[in-house]
Amino acid sequence: MNIPEKTVDHTRSSDTSKPGTQEQYVRKHHQYHHMITSLRLLIFVIFLIIWEVAGRLELIDTFFFSSPSMVISYFFEMLEDGSFFTHTGITLLETLISFILITLIAMVTATLLWYSKTLSEILEPYLVVLNSLPKSALAPLFIVWLGTGTRTIIVAGISVAIFGSIISLYTGFKSTDPEKLKLIYTLGGNRLNAFFKVVLPASIPTVLSNMKVNIGLALVGVIIGEFLAARRGLGYLIIYGSQVFRLNMVITSIIILCIIAMGLYQGIQYMEHLYKKKK
Amino acid sequence: MKQPILECRNISFSYHSLKCETKALNHISFQVHQGEFIAIVGPSGCGKSTLLSIIAGLLKPEEGEIVLDHANDMRIGYMLQQDHLLEWRSIWKNVLLGPEITKTLSPEKEALAERLLKDYGLYRFKDKKPGELSGGMKQRAALIRTMVMEPALLLLDEPFSALDYQTRLMVSADIGSIIRKSGITAVLITHDLAEAISLADRILVMTKRPATIKEEIPVHLTVAENSPLAARSAPEFNNLFTFLWKEISDEYSGENS
Repeated sequence: MNIPEKTVDHTRSSDTSKPGTQEQYVRKHHQYHHMITSLRLLIFVIFLIIWEVAGRLELIDTFFFSSPSMVISYFFEMLEDGSFFTHTGITLLETLISFILITLIAMVTATLLWYSKTLSEILEPYLVVLNSLPKSALAPLFIVWLGTGTRTIIVAGISVAIFGSIISLYTGFKSTDPEKLKLIYTLGGNRLNAFFKVVLPASIPTVLSNMKVNIGLALVGVIIGEFLAARRGLGYLIIYGSQVFRLNMVITSIIILCIIAMGLYQGIQYMEHLYKKKK
Repeated sequence: MKQPILECRNISFSYHSLKCETKALNHISFQVHQGEFIAIVGPSGCGKSTLLSIIAGLLKPEEGEIVLDHANDMRIGYMLQQDHLLEWRSIWKNVLLGPEITKTLSPEKEALAERLLKDYGLYRFKDKKPGELSGGMKQRAALIRTMVMEPALLLLDEPFSALDYQTRLMVSADIGSIIRKSGITAVLITHDLAEAISLADRILVMTKRPATIKEEIPVHLTVAENSPLAARSAPEFNNLFTFLWKEISDEYSGENS
């Protein structure tokens, strides 16, 4: 690509002619980003303060709304009795297993659909219907079929993301430049060569961004599953806490979930970063 | 007369849709001999690329046949309109794509690739990614990727059309002389008449769809130096150009009336 090269040259030339401007630009850039980060933190801190103060002044009922200090003390309780590790661990494990299975099943299925146009045309309406179905509606069925427990929850996690994932991977595979496929054929290759030499490597960005969606959806599915069919896990804590009016438990679990979701997403983001760097 | 290396016998081809049948090629016949450089020109959309795909065996003709000399082991190289180097592979990995696919990767092939890269001034870029090379260099790398397969016949499908004018002149001269030197038989498709005259020994003019071969023009240029750039200053160049231009614009005017 020529254009980015030119842009680089441009900065370089202005760099040598006007030594001050580049420095100014860098400084401004950093200042701007510091400001963004500080404002982000500020919003969070203000929110915590308002929440805490409102609780102490009894503007809100801490029985229903809890408060930052109550969340923190409950969190330490969870650490002490070890329940934090059991519940977070099980939710994390179920999410990761669902995620890995979603990725594997979707890759294999999308590959088969790409390989056989007939197969993809036959299955297309089924995929569309299953994808637009609200998957939480299936959860009660899974309980009847599979009982309560980890297996059901993993299946619930898979069901939320699998169809969308197949569709988006297949669409990604299909969008490969047909001329690049022609190149493989002119070099004496077959459709399998075309897939492994061109389609798959060209689709890695699609696969990675699809994984980012899947990890979030797997977590959604696992929590739905835990609401209905678990004795352990954060989803179970949330539903149990709300039933016995221990809102500290509910809110603390939600906050732990937030952190898990962020961590998982960052993990995939990091993989993407590694891939781009390697490239 | 020697046996031709490639013979198109009565080739016809149509594209089908539910609404209609579009006849692209209509009884095309011609021969190409060992070491010849043939250019095929014609109005755009006349089915030139279809013809090339048929010769390469990517499409089956509806009628007629392609006869290749010692048909079994004659390899055909194909150069596409764009370089289509795979941007996630190094130049080295790109030029070895063919042997890798056909599972013919050997130390001899690697040595050949190395020699070709050295000959064409790309050896020191062999570990670079295509994105770091200029358009002309990429097109040269694409040619090497084809040459590594040691084709007896090279098909060129407007291989310079994606380049800007200046690069295009340079690269077509460059690649033209590489092909000349290696003695490969070549069939070039182009809509650039000057390019056809400067590179080819013989020019086939196609009509608009359904395409037939309208004219076969031998090119004999009196130039001191056998290079595509020098060819453009040959005394015969202008006449040939005007003649070809008229032949092709006749096709367009027929379309408008």
